[in-house]
Amino acid sequence: MNRKYYGKVIFELSRHGRRGYSLPKNGCDGGLDGIPEQLMRSSDPVLPEVDEPTVVRHYNNMSTNNFGVDTGFYPLGSCTMKYNPKINEEISSLPAFTSLHPFQPSATVQGALEAYYMLQSKLSEIGGMAEFTLNPYAGAHGELTGLMVIRAYHESRGDMARTKVIVPDSAHGTNPASAAVAGLKVVEVKSLPDGTVDIDALRPLLDETVAAVMMTNPNTVGIFEHSIPEIAEMVHACGALMYYDGANLNPMLGVARPGDMGFDVMHINLHKTFSTPHGGGGPGSGPVGVRDGLQQFLPNPRVVKRNVSGDSTFELDFGTEKGPHALGRISAWLGNFAVELRALAYILSLGRDGLKMAGALATLNANYVKESLRDLYELPIDRVCKHEFVFDGLADKSSGVTTLNIAKRLLDHGFHAPTIYFPLLFHESLMIEPTETESKETLDDFIAVMRDIAREAVESPETVKNAPLETPVRKPDDTAAALNPIVTFTELQNTAMA
Amino acid sequence: MLDCCGMHSLEELYSDVPDSLKLKRDYDIEPQMSEKEVRDFFEELALRNQPLTCFAGAGFYDHYAPSVVQSIISRSEFLTAYTPYQPEISQGTLQYIFEYQTMMSQLTGLEVSNASMYDGTTAVAEAMMMAVANARKKNRVLASATLNPIYREVVDTYAHYHGIVVDTIPETDGVTDLEAMAEMLGSGDVAGVILPTPNYYGILEDYTGVADTVHAAKALLIMTAPASALGVIRTPGEWGADIAAGEAQSLGMPLNFGGPYLGYMCCKKSLIRKLPGRIVGATTDADGQRVFVLTLQAREQHIRRDKATSNICSNQGLMALYASVYLSLMGAAGLREVNEISASGAHYLARRLEETGAFELKYPNRPFLNEFVVKFKGEVKLADFMDVCTACGCLPGVMLSENELLVCVTEMRTKAEIDRYVWRAETFSKATVPSFNNPKNIND
Amino acid sequence: MSKTYYSPSHEYITVDGNIGYIGISDYAQKALGNVVYVDMPEQGDDIEAGEDFGAVESVKAASDLIAPVSGAVLDINEQLIDNPRLINEDPMANWIIKVEISDPSQLSELMDEEAYKAHCEAEQH
Repeated sequence: MNRKYYGKVIFELSRHGRRGYSLPKNGCDGGLDGIPEQLMRSSDPVLPEVDEPTVVRHYNNMSTNNFGVDTGFYPLGSCTMKYNPKINEEISSLPAFTSLHPFQPSATVQGALEAYYMLQSKLSEIGGMAEFTLNPYAGAHGELTGLMVIRAYHESRGDMARTKVIVPDSAHGTNPASAAVAGLKVVEVKSLPDGTVDIDALRPLLDETVAAVMMTNPNTVGIFEHSIPEIAEMVHACGALMYYDGANLNPMLGVARPGDMGFDVMHINLHKTFSTPHGGGGPGSGPVGVRDGLQQFLPNPRVVKRNVSGDSTFELDFGTEKGPHALGRISAWLGNFAVELRALAYILSLGRDGLKMAGALATLNANYVKESLRDLYELPIDRVCKHEFVFDGLADKSSGVTTLNIAKRLLDHGFHAPTIYFPLLFHESLMIEPTETESKETLDDFIAVMRDIAREAVESPETVKNAPLETPVRKPDDTAAALNPIVTFTELQNTAMA
Repeated sequence: MLDCCGMHSLEELYSDVPDSLKLKRDYDIEPQMSEKEVRDFFEELALRNQPLTCFAGAGFYDHYAPSVVQSIISRSEFLTAYTPYQPEISQGTLQYIFEYQTMMSQLTGLEVSNASMYDGTTAVAEAMMMAVANARKKNRVLASATLNPIYREVVDTYAHYHGIVVDTIPETDGVTDLEAMAEMLGSGDVAGVILPTPNYYGILEDYTGVADTVHAAKALLIMTAPASALGVIRTPGEWGADIAAGEAQSLGMPLNFGGPYLGYMCCKKSLIRKLPGRIVGATTDADGQRVFVLTLQAREQHIRRDKATSNICSNQGLMALYASVYLSLMGAAGLREVNEISASGAHYLARRLEETGAFELKYPNRPFLNEFVVKFKGEVKLADFMDVCTACGCLPGVMLSENELLVCVTEMRTKAEIDRYVWRAETFSKATVPSFNNPKNIND
Repeated sequence: MSKTYYSPSHEYITVDGNIGYIGISDYAQKALGNVVYVDMPEQGDDIEAGEDFGAVESVKAASDLIAPVSGAVLDINEQLIDNPRLINEDPMANWIIKVEISDPSQLSELMDEEAYKAHCEAEQH
């Protein structure tokens, strides 16, 4: 891309009077005339005035400055950047789904309700749960909803003292943030050197003030928490519930189910395990599942199936008399419906055998990369991993090359960087998740580049430290951005960057 | 590959999973389907949906999107990227978010915007939490009775668990009772006030002087409006609001049976550190060229953990791109036309419905844009009238009670569709329905 | 005659009579890197020993400010609003809040300069 011509923001391409739209006329007029002046804005918003070809070139050229799964290998740990099949996009754009208004009578949206019901049933089977709600919009929203379900459960029993949620110190920052939004206090429990939860540290924390223990399994270092049955028993014995963060569900497909591990409530990220595109940050989807006995605490509306004289019909259930302990509503309607359609298409495409194979291959790919690089990168936890693993920077740190340098150098080689500086258990965390959709050839290319970078770190460390060198832009000045935030073009115009 | 791992089978990769936890059977899920079978399956499912000519709004609006929008949001470099953690290879995403922030700031009349939220309901709930976090020692919020009840339900859920008390400001004749509001603020313990424009009934309320009253009580004013309407109506910024939060689906996004949509959130610059979610800022790179980065990240959940104002991790990325492309094409003139055409159609329909004698406006003296409430005066039940319309392929609105209907017109509705609606009102509101020779003319 | 005490979470308090000036230590500002924002309480707020009263943010990290003693906030360092990097330049001169100490006995729980030095060295290993 030629930045000289295409490096502008859309406002800089604006020319007075240009337009890029055509609208139908309905033959009626004067609609705004009767509205009192003080209820109308005093001047038009400053929006671009551009023609259609300019808009198309502008955004298409911008897209070439972006890196997606369709561009190349994206081993971003904990984000499960697997390939997103194109058929799913087509399914989600069928007009008979996209044009449906939420307030249409149930009889006119039976196909949509059935799709929702089918997906929630299949997720229940996969999670080992009784019922799922698809209403939460994202993983973090699912966590929040799940924790609200747990609070609603305790409240329904008059058990009001349970105000704490225990999370491992390896947990993602979202877990404690979700807990805080749900009105719960966070208590961290230490991990053992192998990255698993320290049961002896957990035991004394469990009492009648604990609402839930929140875990991922495999955990954030990619290790299966083999003591999970014992943990679940301890947690249940103290009257608390087990929450499963489904961020790492992918490797467990077909192998073991959170419900069978003793979890009571869980969420799944459809944009991770079930291959819906990440969209540059969203829309995602974070369905929440509950074990039998907790369905009444799921948010409204729910989709229910009724059998009327042999035929199945689907209806929305808003909870007839909103009980004192029902959760209420956590989103406008039934969640990101078009995302749900993609996930259902993915599950049907893979089927029961394909899903199982996906989990196993994700695990194989991760172990293959780990074993191929362990001589050059520090492997703090030397065990069979699941879908991802963590290096603690280079094995030889004498050159001063850091995880950040390695990540940036990978960009020069056409790969996305792994997740860096997370989990917080290690100083130089480099978290790699290849996913199952990468071929051996791609993995070998990545391994070769990682080995080259390790060698380069010794031979010419300055090159690695100055990376990236070949990306569309170089390292940005983050400090200047944070000291004096310029977040709109209006503000930008008054700076030297205009 | 197994050799490299020192293993002989895939099962060995799971040797650390206790046998008692392993699933000893296949999932109870169908076997694999080919691509064609998947397509056939969904096409068959789609046949069981009946798209309707939409005169319903209530927070979900049927507007037109130029073809360019779909074409651009389908670009895989946008679609299959994740959050722009690596700015050197994410300038596409970062730049459209920067453009989006500028556009939302222009629409709301407030200085700064975040990178977007999930939807309008959660954006308003987050605005409530932001007001409470800002006030620090207060946990009470007021919401007008004229706020969309779906928004209120979501706000109530968040409030309940976050320990916030939400009280309702009563309405009189379809608008917020501002005297009652002033009185409620007198207690001094209110952190924020939530007001809609247009309100749930489509009415443009006059909030003159409200911001002063709210600020005098040391509370923040939060306003919510459908983004499209902000192209013409007095903005939250002009009313003196501190935070604007709401739904941007009306910027041509498909109804999609409820999602994905796009929540927006803007505020005064002085509150930027309390604004939840991602924010993109401009800076320079090592070569001195202008670039965009995620900024003010230290306030977010991945760093602040349980101290963050919100748990939101990401944003509604692709839908923010949708809004940017839509607004680039439409510009201020296009957005004005959308509102002009919609409002003209709505006022025409309202007048004609009254003329039929089957309906009357519930709030005849209140100004509205493109949505209004009518009372049904027909001889049959309103529910029966709704059923007949549905059978004709039309969704006549959203029932607010057994004889009240919330009706919406956008630029998508043709004169012929509006006239057929009027004709149905004239005809099917009567107890005896005449017979027709040519029934296909009555269907949408 | 003023004396400076340190807390294990790297705040200092320079005490003059019943007035204290609280900031972060040189060790803390180095660990944090370029400071871009200081979240401060308001004049008149009460702070409580062991509880956080604000935060110091760098680009990609944030550190809670933990009150070394209880007291009332008499003043905040308004210079830090526009120029937070003063903390990097001279953390001891650029205190964050000025407080009236409500319980001077709490000072005995804190470290003097020598003990704090040892504390930092231990933390580095």
